[in-house]
Parts: sequence; C-alpha cells; structure tokens
Amino acid sequence: MEFAELIKTPRADNVVLHRPFHLAVEGTLCLTGHHLIFSSRRQDNAEELWLLHSNIDSIDKRFVGSLGTIVIKCKDLRIIQLDIPGMEECLNIASSIEALSTLDSVTLMYPFFYRPMFEVLEDGWSSFLLEQEFELLSSVTDEWRLSCVNKEFSVCPSYPPVVIVPKSVDDEALRKVALFRHGGRFPVLSYYHKKNGMAMMRSSQPLTGTNGRRCKEDEKLVNATLRSGRRGFVIDTRPLTVAQQARAKGGGFEQEVHYPQWRRIHKYIERFNILQESFIKLVEACNDQSHNMDRWLSKLEASNWLTHIKELLTAACLAAQCIDREGASVLVHGSEGTDSTLQVTSLAQIILDPRCRTIRGFEALIVREWLQAGHPFQQRCAQSAYSNSKQKWEAPVFLLFLECVWQIHRQFPCSFEFNEQFLLMLFEHAYASQFGTFLGNNENERAKLKLPQKTMSLWSWVNRPEELSRFQNPLYEANNLVIWPSVAPQSLQLWEGVFLRWNRPSRFLEEAEEERINIIKYNKELQARVNALRRRLAELEAEDEEPEE
Amino acid sequence: QVEQVKLLDRFSTSNKSLTGTLYLTATHLLFIDSSQRETWILHHHIAAVEKLPLTTSGCPLVIQCKNFRIVHFVVPRERDCHDIYNSLLQLSRTAKYEELYAFSYNPKQNESEQVKGWQLIDLAEEYKRMGVPNDYWQLSDANRDYKICETYPRELYVPRTASKPIIVGSSKFRSKGRFPVLSYYHKNKEAAICRCSQPLSGFSARCLEDEHMLQAISKANPSNRYMYVMDTRPKLNAMANRAAGKGYENEDNYSNIRFQFVGIENIHVMRSSLQKLLEVSGTRGLSVNDFLSGLENSGWLRHIKAVLDAAVFLAKAIAVESASVLVHCSDGWDRTSQVCSLGALLLDSYYRTIKGFMVLIEKDWISFGHKFSDRCCQLDGDPKEISPVFTQFLESVWNLTEQFPQAFEYNEAFLLQIHEHVHSCQFGNFLGNCQKEREELKLKEKTYSLWPFLLTEQKKYQNPLYNPDFSPELTLLEPNTVSFNFKFWRNMYHQFDRSMHPRQSVFNLIMNTSEQNKQLEEDIKELEAKIKQRNGQSDVVLEKEQEQTAHHAPVALKSPPCFQKEQPPMPVNDAVRTIEGSNTADNRYSELVSEFSKAEPAVVSLEYGVARMTC
Repeated sequence: MEFAELIKTPRADNVVLHRPFHLAVEGTLCLTGHHLIFSSRRQDNAEELWLLHSNIDSIDKRFVGSLGTIVIKCKDLRIIQLDIPGMEECLNIASSIEALSTLDSVTLMYPFFYRPMFEVLEDGWSSFLLEQEFELLSSVTDEWRLSCVNKEFSVCPSYPPVVIVPKSVDDEALRKVALFRHGGRFPVLSYYHKKNGMAMMRSSQPLTGTNGRRCKEDEKLVNATLRSGRRGFVIDTRPLTVAQQARAKGGGFEQEVHYPQWRRIHKYIERFNILQESFIKLVEACNDQSHNMDRWLSKLEASNWLTHIKELLTAACLAAQCIDREGASVLVHGSEGTDSTLQVTSLAQIILDPRCRTIRGFEALIVREWLQAGHPFQQRCAQSAYSNSKQKWEAPVFLLFLECVWQIHRQFPCSFEFNEQFLLMLFEHAYASQFGTFLGNNENERAKLKLPQKTMSLWSWVNRPEELSRFQNPLYEANNLVIWPSVAPQSLQLWEGVFLRWNRPSRFLEEAEEERINIIKYNKELQARVNALRRRLAELEAEDEEPEE
Repeated sequence: QVEQVKLLDRFSTSNKSLTGTLYLTATHLLFIDSSQRETWILHHHIAAVEKLPLTTSGCPLVIQCKNFRIVHFVVPRERDCHDIYNSLLQLSRTAKYEELYAFSYNPKQNESEQVKGWQLIDLAEEYKRMGVPNDYWQLSDANRDYKICETYPRELYVPRTASKPIIVGSSKFRSKGRFPVLSYYHKNKEAAICRCSQPLSGFSARCLEDEHMLQAISKANPSNRYMYVMDTRPKLNAMANRAAGKGYENEDNYSNIRFQFVGIENIHVMRSSLQKLLEVSGTRGLSVNDFLSGLENSGWLRHIKAVLDAAVFLAKAIAVESASVLVHCSDGWDRTSQVCSLGALLLDSYYRTIKGFMVLIEKDWISFGHKFSDRCCQLDGDPKEISPVFTQFLESVWNLTEQFPQAFEYNEAFLLQIHEHVHSCQFGNFLGNCQKEREELKLKEKTYSLWPFLLTEQKKYQNPLYNPDFSPELTLLEPNTVSFNFKFWRNMYHQFDRSMHPRQSVFNLIMNTSEQNKQLEEDIKELEAKIKQRNGQSDVVLEKEQEQTAHHAPVALKSPPCFQKEQPPMPVNDAVRTIEGSNTADNRYSELVSEFSKAEPAVVSLEYGVARMTC
C-alpha cells in the first residue's frame, strides 16, 4: 500500500492553528505518510508543529459555511484545532488523517520508516539483556539459574526466551509448571532483595479449576524460594470472590492445603475497561474549564483515578513490606499476570531497590518488568482517552504505573536520578513513537516483526548524553535506603504534568523550575571555585613555608 | 507532671506510641519523650480538650489546637487524666486580656527596642508610598478621637471633596458607622480601593450625604467616570438584611455606580465549612473518594475560590478599567478585609515582599478592625463569633504563591508562622478587636510587636526563587482561578502530621542551597583577597591559574589536610537530603518512628522556637 493513496490533499494554505494559551497562527498544513506538519509562514518567528499520525486519538470536523474546522485530540491528551478554508480540502484532509492515524498493520507504522539523524553510540536493543542482570545476581547468590526453556517461545508465548528461576528446578519441571499456569506464565524471579536474600516472583494464576487440581512441580518451584521454616506471601491482585469465580473458568488460586507455607493476601487492583473509563472520565473533567469547585471535585472523585493510584501504591508497599520488613519471599499474580502483576512488582522495586531510581536502572526495569515480561503494549496503548472505539483491550495500565512512580518521586524528590520529563517522555512514547521499543505485545511478536533489525530502539536515543541531560534530576543524590511513600489521600496529588499539561498556562511554573536548577548549578560552580581557590592558597602557603625550612 | 504518658500518632494504624512525661507550665503544655524530644503546646493554642472513654492502656486525652495540631495522649491513671483535663480547660480559657501570654511574655528587650519594634510598620508612611495625600485625597481628622467610628483607626483618608458633614452623614447611614474610606490608592491608574460597611437602606431609605460621599470617591478618580460598588455577600443575604433596615446600594440613587454582588459566604458558613474540612482530614484510614467528597461537601475550596475570584474582579476593575471600587459586606471587617487586601496584593508587588505583607496585614486587617480577638477566640467568648476569615486570606495568598512561585519574597513558612501567632497571643499585634481597644489595653507599652521578630529570622521566611523583577511595580498579577488550580493546603492542616509530608523537601533543599551560595560567594571573596595578599604577582596570571584549577574540581576535593581543619567542604547539603523516615516504614503500613525535627526547622519547630524564647 502506498501512503499517497490515502493522502488526497497533501497540502493546504491559509490554515489557522488554535491551541489553548497560544495565539492563533496562520500557516500551511502538509500531510505526509506519518506526520501532520503545520508551519507558520511568518518569516521572523517561523513555528512548526510536527504531529505523528499515530499520536492522533480522535478527530472531529465541522463546518461554518465553507470554512471547515478539524479538532484533533492526541494520545498525549493535547487538543488542537485547525481551521481549513474550503470544504473539499477540509474533508479530504480529515479523512486522510483518519485513515493514516488508524493504520492496522504494525509494519506500516512510523518506526519502520524512521531514519535517525543521530549517530548510534549504543544499540538500545542490546542494552538491557537478562544475561547481564543474571550476572549481577550471581555475584551475590548462587540459588538461581538462567533457563532457556522458552527459547522458541513454545513454553510460554508471552515470556522472553530466557528467564531466571530457582536453581533446584529443572527445565522439565518448568514445562510442567507452565501447563499449570494461565498462558504458561510459570513463576519466575522478578526481584532479589540483596539485603536479606528474599525474592519476589511473578506468574499468572494457577489453573486449579473447580476440582482443585494441583501441580507438585509448581509447589516445589515456589517453595524453592523460601528459607527453611519461613513463610512466604502470595499477593493476589484480585479480590477473593473474583479469584474463586476464576475457578469455574479453569483458573484459581493457591490453596492453603497445597501451599501450607504460603499466606495469601488479596489486594484488589482494578483492570481493563474500568481503568480505561476512569482515565476517560478524568481527562474529561480536566478539560472542562467551566466546572465550578463542587463539580470539579465530584468529577475528580467520580473518575476514581486517584483511588486506583492509592490502591496500587498500597499493594506495592505491601509487597515491599513483606520482603523488607517481614523478611519473606513474595509471589505476585492476578489472572494473566501481564498487567496488575507487573505494576505491583515494578513499583515494589522502585521502593526497595535504589538502582531502579537511576535512569539506567529505571530503563532496565521497564525492559525487564514490562517489555520482556510481556505487558501487551500494543493492545493497551492503541488508543488513549479520546478514542470513540471501545476496544476491550485498551487500558492505561502503564500510565497508572508511571503516575505512581511520579507520586513516589514527589515524596522523595532527591532520590531519583531522572525528572518528571523522563516519565512524561515514556508516557508519550508508549502511545506514539518513532522508535520500535513499545511496538508488539511481547518478545515473541517483536522477534517476528524483526524490530531490533528494522527499527531504532528508544534507548539508543534516550541514552545519548545530549538527550540524557534533559532528563536528569539536578537534586539527585544516591540514596541507598528503602523509600516508603505515604499513601494517605492528603499526600496524593493529581499528576498535573500529564492531565493539566495543556489546560493551564505553565510559564511561571517552568521558569521557577529553571530557577531551581540554576541555583543548584550555581552552587556546584561556586563549590568548585572555592575548592580551587583553597588549593591555590594552600600551595602558596606551602611555597612560603619552604624557604623557612 | 505526669509520667509514663503515651503520645499516639493520630493516623497510625498500629498501636505503637511514644512514652514520656507530661508537664504543665503556666503557659505551655510540655511533653518530653524517652529520647528527650520535646513537644510544646501553648495553652492559647488549645481549641478543645476531650476525654475519651477509658481503655485498657489508660485514659485517652485528645487535644485540638488552633494551628490544626491534634495530639492524642494516653494517661495511665484516670485521676491524673482528669486533673490534666480540668487544668487545661482552665488554662486554655482566658477571661481577661491582661491574662494573655503577651502580657507576661518577655523577650529580653529594652524599652527603646520595644518602642522601635512597634514603629517598624508605619501606616502613614504606607499611605505616602501609595501617593496620598494628593490633589484628590486627604487625611481626615474626623475620627481622631474615635467619635465617628469606634472600630476604625484614627487616621483615615477620604476624597478632598468630602466635607465633614458629608462624612458624618454618611457614617450615620452605614452599619457601625463604618463610612467609605480609602484602603488602597493605585497611583498609575489614579483609582482607589475604598471600603465601608453596608448602608442602612432598608427597603427604600436613602441618604444624600452617603450619595455625595460615593460621588466624591468617583470624582476623585479623574480617569474614569463610573465606579464599582462590590457587595461581597451573596445577593440573598444582602436582600435579607434589608428587612433589618440594612441592605445594599440602590443603583438608581447613586449616580455612576456599577453595583455587583460577589457571593462570599458569611462567618458562620465559613466556620462550619472549616469544621467539616477538619473532620474529613482527621479521619483515620481515609479513602481517596471519601476525602474528595468530604472536601467537596465542606465547601472549603469553593469559599477560597470565591474570595480569590472577588479579589481578581476588584484588581481588574482597577488595573484594566481604571475604575475605583468600593467594597463592603455587612460590617465591613471580614469579607471586605479579605477582598481589599487580596486585591491590593494582586495590584501592588510591594505587598509580595516580606515587609509589604506585614504592612498589608497591619492596614487592612488590624487597623481597619478585623475582630481578631473574637474570630480567633482569644478570650473565652461567644463561639458563634469564631471564624477562620484570616486563615482563608492566608490560604488564598498561599494559592497565589503556588501559581507564581517567583513573585513572592516570602514563603509558606512565613504564612504559617503568622497564622501561628494570630492565635498564640504571644505578641500584641493581633490582640483585641480594633485600634481603640488596643490603645486602651496599652499594648504598645505592655506587649511586643511580632514583626521585628519575624524580621530577625527573615532568612527562614525568604523564598529562594523570588525574583524582584518578576513583575514590575504596579503590574497586575493575574491568577488562573479555574477550579483545578485550588489545592488542599496540606502543610497548613497537616503541618504536624509528619507522616503525610514528602520525605524530602525540594523547597528546603533549594532554600539551603541558595543560602549556601551566598556563603560561598563570601568565601570566594575572602580567599581571593588572601591569595592576592600572599601573591604580590600580577592578577592576570592568578586568574588564569584559577580557571585551570576550576576544571580540576574533583581533584581539588582531595586537598591537603591543612585547610580541612579550617572548614570542611560544605556539610549542609547532606543534612538536608537526609531521608526522613525512610529507614523505618511509613505508618500507613507500620509505625514511623524517626527523627523528623532535623531537616525542616522552618516548618516543624514553630512553637519550639517560641518556647525557646521563653526559656
């Protein structure tokens, strides 16, 4: 298919662009295969807007006489309006945008066409291999091994080719366990707490069914993570009733009789359409400037978004607490083990592991706990809050995770190497990107699409020194402690950087942030100068003393 | 003195507690825990004491403070608890002004310092700064002996064309005699903010002098023929007042006025709103939705928004239309004070400085007779007179500081400290209900002024991001008052609930870094001078070398031990970045027992500081 077929009118003049808190600009609109480009013709201050078609969530058109207006709502929640003279042009452009923003073939997506303008210093596709992770692990413990049982993605289609499992369990047993777990997602190591040797594992639900099926290998596998005489905790992200109902469909949960050393805790985390609805409601509330206070607060409440944040943070704290305070191993799962499970395990690591609060470590966490662990990004992030098509697979699971990280970040602003911009960047790229990193639903699909060969990795770009500098937190100072956030409603806040980003003037806040950075920078300069001067003085003093001796 | 008393965290889910000894002094309640940490509570700060039913571990005693601190003690023996309860009830209720702490508080200042302290804020000077008296406005001596209005100050500015009979006539037509006077003069626009109380218009009464008075005000503004009259009450309330012979201006009777209601609720609504807010925020194990719906039901943020909206309306009338505005509510000392002072704050950057903010409070709140004593319940009085009107003013200012982080010289701690002392009765400024009362109490001789004390610890209250060039003089600050901009002020209502705060404070870090930068600049000067002294050679060579060494800063850190003795390289940062409470779990999952007091002196140890002064 040629993109040209879809572009009926590639260019329109005298188009007026409206954005909130900006003056309207007149200019030329161009459509290419992957971008909507608007450039103002003003010589003095040429302004250009490049919008990826894949960033467009929905498009509305209306007419007043022959003047057409297109309202474009983006996945990053921005809303722009284009006034296009000429009914035909407007209709053509609208239908082209609609077609181009809803391409259903992955291989037509921009990452397959994108040619980077920068030199690749480090190929991001091989920056975070599980083998490296394992090397670090084996320097502190020899209880674990790398298993290639899933090399051909035959044991578990949504797992990566290599996984880390207890040393005492062989591949044959793993194959049996895989048959006992939903989607073949047998328990694997998610995090090893060096401080006390406790482990966090993740999996999907066991397929006990109504007749209480058991699997000796599964029991052996999870018990292998326990210290003798100690108990472990299973954190089930479903309420007990849902877990019980799951048995009718062949699913289930670990029963006490068969897992006597494990205590099960049900910590409900909302999923799928409930989350998506919550997201849509919240964005609606934030976009309406006319709400009076009562209406705003009740809409905010009705969205339930902050409740989800609180529940998720609480579950993550619980998992972290079991490991760090109770000194117990933990197994986390929900049903499929690809959504709420990953939210909990990755957030718990943010709390427990200082390395995950560095840029590099956080990237590794995303790769390990989200991409390799098989969070179906393509299904979940196909649409954002404005989409009319209600696909049941869409859910802002990853955004919710990022927001929880942001909440912890706000409470420990000096403990993270990255800044808010970094989280925002990840949010944007998960939904629309020139990079192939978030394409596909799991490593299996990515391998089939040959993404590493055909597309550029987000990490290749982000980790370039000039890009990194934008994402660094000037306040950062490595903090090796476990960081416990407060989850009281009074301590939580709406993530304005995402939800109010386009709805309020932000100049003063940005300037203030700049000033903060300047103060820190200036401090470093001054310290360097003072040290240099002291040294100089000491040298002079030494010179003066020498002749006397 | 009672030993083995337990102090519970009010939000803690576990039953862990601090055990220590409780002392009652003449002015304070003091709790010292086993690790010798002290909690001081001023008796005047106590709003309510409550004894809860006996439990197995002892007799619980809950003390609510006006600064929103709530402490929960468990006293082992019921008799002790009863005694403490009774003593506190007596000590926290004061019948006479002379028994308030301010009259016994002695900060070891001599008399001239005391006098000087009271002279720090000079309102005559302030009116001069605004540009009055001038061709249109003059100082009136009509109220020199408080004959016309007891609750106004002696010195009032009125239009030159308003003669004494007009003033007298107008004052008779205004509730409590509070006739229209100048509150703020905008010299660029030649427009004025005036304030008064409601007219005694009933259903049809009119008063020619009052009509003249308003005409005089609008004529005193050469740049605009019409003026606004803002009634800050909801229309219904104003109409109801007509039945009592009060009411609002009839546009037909006054020439060239534009009348406007802005709908801020009365003191009773505000009091119960705060009550509801505190009930919600004080709930244990609060869910997000209960919090949000509680916040909504309390109406608190709605009221804050209404106050700020009114101020924006006022400020725009002046800055955009160059129109003078007359503001009133019922008596003209609550809502009127809020709107006039916030309006001026938006118009004039001077009020965004530390000194300017003190002046603003002295002018629009203290001198114009906001009834601090009644509203803050300084004496045991009518509980229906209590209302958080001034708290709302501070909260509105805080909201502005959030939207304009570089526009204010002062920080949140400054606002909190002022709030603290409005209730502490430690200084004379806020005692009593009006100037006349203050003079009768001889406060200037018998008590001290708060402002010099705040100035001496100014460093704590400075906003490190403040940019004096942020808004040139007399340019309007235009806040966005869309609902989502208003936030729950956690540091006010949970100031003492440490577990709810961010564990690391960007603000304190920036503040300390900024402070440190100043010190480093000094050090550099000193070092450069020393080097110059030692090194008689040409400066050019020296500077070059400096530059070179600057590039090797990390090497320079490993410097010879000789100068390390002089001054170790800047330890300040580490202390600030220390994570509070992160070595133990937060009390949401288990008890948080850690050193909090270290890193945030500005906010935490407010009454700590007070106590130190007394000791």
